Amino acid sequence: MGKVIYVLGDDISTDIIYPGRYMATVLPSETPKYVFDDIEELHEILVKGKFQPGDFIVAGKNFGCGSSREQAVSTLRGYDVRIIAKNFARIFLQNSINLGLPTFICPEIEAEIGDELEIIDDRVINKTKNKEFKLQLHHKSRQAIIDAGGLIPYTRMLLLQERIK
Amino acid sequence: MGQTLVQKILARATGRSFVSVGDILEPAVDLAMSHENAALVINQFLEIYKGTGLEPKVWDPDKIAIIFDHRVPAESAKTATNQKIVRDFVANQGIKKFHDIRTDEMGICHQILPENGYIRPGYVVVGTDSHTTSHGALGAFSFGIGATEMASVWTLGRILNVQVPETIKITVDGKFQKFVEPKDLILYIVGLLGAEGANFKVIEFHGETIRNLSTSGRLTICNMTVEAGATSGIVPPDEETIRYLREVANVQDEIEIICPDEDAKYEREIKIDVTNLEPQIACPHTVDNVKPISEVAGVKINQIVLGSCTNGRLEDLEAAAKILKGKKIAKGVRMLVFPASGRILKEAIRRGYILDLMEAGAVVVNPGCGPCLGVHQGALGDGEIALSTTNRNFKGRMGNPNSEVYLCSPSVAAVSAIHGVITDPRNGG
Repeated sequence: MGKVIYVLGDDISTDIIYPGRYMATVLPSETPKYVFDDIEELHEILVKGKFQPGDFIVAGKNFGCGSSREQAVSTLRGYDVRIIAKNFARIFLQNSINLGLPTFICPEIEAEIGDELEIIDDRVINKTKNKEFKLQLHHKSRQAIIDAGGLIPYTRMLLLQERIK
Repeated sequence: MGQTLVQKILARATGRSFVSVGDILEPAVDLAMSHENAALVINQFLEIYKGTGLEPKVWDPDKIAIIFDHRVPAESAKTATNQKIVRDFVANQGIKKFHDIRTDEMGICHQILPENGYIRPGYVVVGTDSHTTSHGALGAFSFGIGATEMASVWTLGRILNVQVPETIKITVDGKFQKFVEPKDLILYIVGLLGAEGANFKVIEFHGETIRNLSTSGRLTICNMTVEAGATSGIVPPDEETIRYLREVANVQDEIEIICPDEDAKYEREIKIDVTNLEPQIACPHTVDNVKPISEVAGVKINQIVLGSCTNGRLEDLEAAAKILKGKKIAKGVRMLVFPASGRILKEAIRRGYILDLMEAGAVVVNPGCGPCLGVHQGALGDGEIALSTTNRNFKGRMGNPNSEVYLCSPSVAAVSAIHGVITDPRNGG
C-alpha cells in the first residue's frame, strides 16, 4: 500500500529526471540529490523526505525516454518510491531492472495525487477511486534479474558458474 | 519463413539458423563502446568482481572501445578525475580502441566508430549511449544500454536479456529537393511515428533514396531512430557500405555482407516519397513535435548550433559553409560549430569550410558533444531560443530549463544564421 505523491504526463525524458548538467556525477551514492531538479515540487518532496516508504510516482507513456544515462535510475533508486507508468522507454526499463528500481507497467492507470494504491499480483487497486487496473508483468528473464537483487549479483553468479566450469 | 536483418544478425550471434520475434537471447557482442561514463561502468565492473577472489579482467580488450567526447577538454575537476580513472583502467586492461583528447584521434563516439573501421555489417554493437543506433547505418545491430549492463558485457562478453525485436520496414523513394537533406527525412519520420512509436522495435530502411545516400546521411538517419523510441535503425549493407569501409575507414580485411530475406515478416511497412518533402523543424520540447518549415519560419533565434553525432560530418559542414561563404551571421546571433571528429575538422580546414564559417562570424569549437546535452559549452540564457542540428530538444537539454531548442538540418541552420530567424533555405539563402 502507498500513496500517490506525484503525477507526471507522457514522454518524461531522462533529461527531466536527471538533468545533463549533473552528468559528471556518476556514483549511485551521489546522484539522488539531483533528482527531478527542474520540477521543483517533486524535487522537494523527494529530497526533503515528504513521503512514506513505498509511495508511488505515477507517469504516462514513454517514461524515461531519451538518454541511456543510468543516473536517471540511480537517482530514483536513492528514495524508497515505486514508479507506475503507462509504459517505459526501453533503456530506462532495462536499467531499472538492472539496478532494482521498482517499476510497474500499467497501460490504463488512473490516479491522482493523494490516492491510495495497492499492488496485488498483476493488478493495481486504486482504493481511493475504487478501481482496478491490470499490470503487464515483466518477462521471466527480467524477473530473474530482479529476484537476484539486480544485474551486479546476477552477473557475479554467472561469472562464478562459468569460471568453475 | 524469412528473417529481417536483425533476426539474421541475432541468429548468427547465438549460433542458430533462425530466431523468432520475442525470443530471449544472449548474443555475443562484437563491439562494446563507452564514453566518459566508462567511469561508472568501471565502478560497476569492479563491483561484480567484489568478493569473487578473481582478478577483474575484461572478456576481450580488443572488442571494447572508449572515446572521450561528452566533456572535452574536461570542464571540471570531477570530469578530469573520472577521465583519469578511465585512462588508468584502459592502460591496465590493454584496451587499444581508446580515443583520448588529441586532434589526431578525438571525436564523437558515433563518428569515431565508423571512421576507424570498428563497425562491420552483421556486428552486434552495444554502447552506453542512446544514439548507438547510429551504427545501423553500416548494417550492424547496434543499440544503447546502461552502464551496469555494459559492466556485465565486459565481464561475460555477451549481452543478457535481448528480446528479438519486431521490425518496421520503411521504404523511401524519390529525389530530395535542393536544400532538403537526410535530417529532414528522419525528423519527418520521428514526427510520423511519435516519440514512442517504435519503442522496443527496429526500423529497417529500404528504397532508392536510402540506396543513393552516402554513409554520412545514413548515419544521420539511424542516429535519430531512437527519438521514435527504436532499439535501433538499420540499413542493409550495399556497395556504398563497402566503399565507405574501404575508402574512408581503410578496412583491408574481408567484409561479410548480411541482408534481410526477401520474404521477411515486418511489424508494418511504411512508404515515403521525398519528392515534395520540405525542410522539417522539431519544435520545443519533444523531438516528435515536428512541423514543416513553412509553419515555423520567422521564429527569432539567439544561438545556432551546427554539429553533433547527428550533423557534424564533412557533408554537413560543407552544406553550411556553401551558404555562409561571403555572408555574415546576423547581429545578436551567435553560431557555434563543433565538428564530429578531429579528422573531419582537419579536412574541413583543408577544404576551406572552416575559414568560410569563421569569416561569417561562427565560433568553431573542438570536436565533441559540445552544447548538445548542456554539460559543457554553449548553454542558453533564460528565455533564449536555439536552432540546432543536434538530436534532442527536451526541456533543459541545452543547460537551461527556461530556454527553447528547435532542431533542423545544416542548411536550415546556416541560412537562419544569416537572417536571425528560422528561414527556409529554398527561399533564398
